[in-house]
Amino acid sequence: MKIAIVGSGPSGFYAADSLLNAEAGFSVDMFEKLPVPFGLVRSGVAPDHPKLKSVISQYEEVASNEAFRFFGNVNIGVDITVDELSEAYSAVIIASGAQADRALGIPGEHLSGSHSARSFVNWYNGHPDFRHETFNLSSEVAVIVGMGNVAMDVARILLKPVDELRTTDIADHALQALADSKVKEVHIIGRRGPAQMKISYKEMCEIATLKNCSVSVADNGLELSAACTAEIESRTNRENSFNLKLLEAQASKSSGDNTRQCIFHFLKRPEQLLGDTKVTGLQLGRNHLVGEAFSQSILESSVLEQIPCGLVFRSVGYKGLPMPGVDFNHDKHCITHSNGRVKPGLYCTGWIKRGPSGVIGTNRADSMETVASLLEDASGLAETDENAVNDLVEKLNRRVSKVVSFSDWQKIDATEKALGEKNFRPRQKLVSVDDMLGCL
Amino acid sequence: MTHVVTENCNGCRFTDCVATCPVTCFHTDGNMVYIDTESCVDCGACVSACPVDAIYQMFMLPDELTNWIDINREKVAAHPVIKGKHDPLPGAEQRQEALGL
Repeated sequence: MKIAIVGSGPSGFYAADSLLNAEAGFSVDMFEKLPVPFGLVRSGVAPDHPKLKSVISQYEEVASNEAFRFFGNVNIGVDITVDELSEAYSAVIIASGAQADRALGIPGEHLSGSHSARSFVNWYNGHPDFRHETFNLSSEVAVIVGMGNVAMDVARILLKPVDELRTTDIADHALQALADSKVKEVHIIGRRGPAQMKISYKEMCEIATLKNCSVSVADNGLELSAACTAEIESRTNRENSFNLKLLEAQASKSSGDNTRQCIFHFLKRPEQLLGDTKVTGLQLGRNHLVGEAFSQSILESSVLEQIPCGLVFRSVGYKGLPMPGVDFNHDKHCITHSNGRVKPGLYCTGWIKRGPSGVIGTNRADSMETVASLLEDASGLAETDENAVNDLVEKLNRRVSKVVSFSDWQKIDATEKALGEKNFRPRQKLVSVDDMLGCL
Repeated sequence: MTHVVTENCNGCRFTDCVATCPVTCFHTDGNMVYIDTESCVDCGACVSACPVDAIYQMFMLPDELTNWIDINREKVAAHPVIKGKHDPLPGAEQRQEALGL
């Protein structure tokens, strides 16, 4: 039986791995919108986190299986529909991830200078769709709304000495822009307190050890209520007890050679972005947490304050988009499913299934659950009509300018690595589809 | 940085961690699992996956558990990789209850 997987990020590859290792002897055709695979491992993981990208060798091993084929530069839902895939293949697994982000829903959000963290991350990672974005790095003050690891990545890339980025795989256009950046003060805003941060201790350590950068907390933000103290002492909140100690220790460090600052604000919500056509400031409102530990809620106070700034990033979550032909839950922004099963023959995995949570490895267990659901249905699935699959591939080759195979990707990969080697970088990314296809 | 498996795994070997590891860096001697520091990419997935809180980031190890760094290193050198989810050892659920988890 041949299974179609839509998406080539971690969840797609872990699903392929499970299928190829199952006793039933499945084969897998994987479809990817871009000419290049690996999803957020390529376009999400920060350029100064190269070790995390080594997961790619696991995916390359999956791709080397004879029963695996890769079809890049194919947009499922546009070039071919999910229904067309379902007719030809025994089953389809949607692993398309979260292609959008959550808005703050406040006035001024669409002013120039207001961006999603996701667009900044895609831009510095060379995602082709974001290479023309511009960010107001002439503003000395930048504000990030949200306290998760994406917010930390954005802050760190803004505050890190640019020389330390020169030997990474950061996109050239981002390196040039950051070399001229005037940003020296980054504020990070959380609507709740230190006990509720979604920042991993590793990321907090990295911010705290940035060269020439001081880290501080505004307005006695580290004082905890009894309920928050109970939450931070919980065994499921180990990271935050370490994060808190680290932030407390920053206060006693001397400012020395610090030319840049990172300031954490707790219990503040974004009310409004100020300015006419471009952002001139962010108005914040103070919050209180009320209720019992582990079930506290936010009480908004009327106390307001402003941070003058020309650059604001919202980092309040990625968001899934509907796939035409597949039942979608518009409240959760996820595909409607039960243990990964949409209906026999149609499945989902990864962020489009469970929402934008967890780390790379979280997808392995998630995909195993989805494949287990598929295996339960296996006896009722239609045998793959190889002629129908061949017809579909021919249709694709007519509809798409160039369908990229895995060995085609390896040529693009080799080109990027060779370009990077000259400058002691792991690769120099190609950032347009034309340039990627131009290698072939 | 790396991650370290400590004593709560002994007698359990749930392998939820192995199931969620993106780089298959776990080894086993049959009794419990151990992490290969060379392959570990610090993604953190295993920490929350473990039902008995056996896994720590190295910098977050309590003093009384720091000896597990060497134990993990020795065991990884001597024993094979484990891949995928396996059944826990007999008595694992009772051990989990006894730990209060």
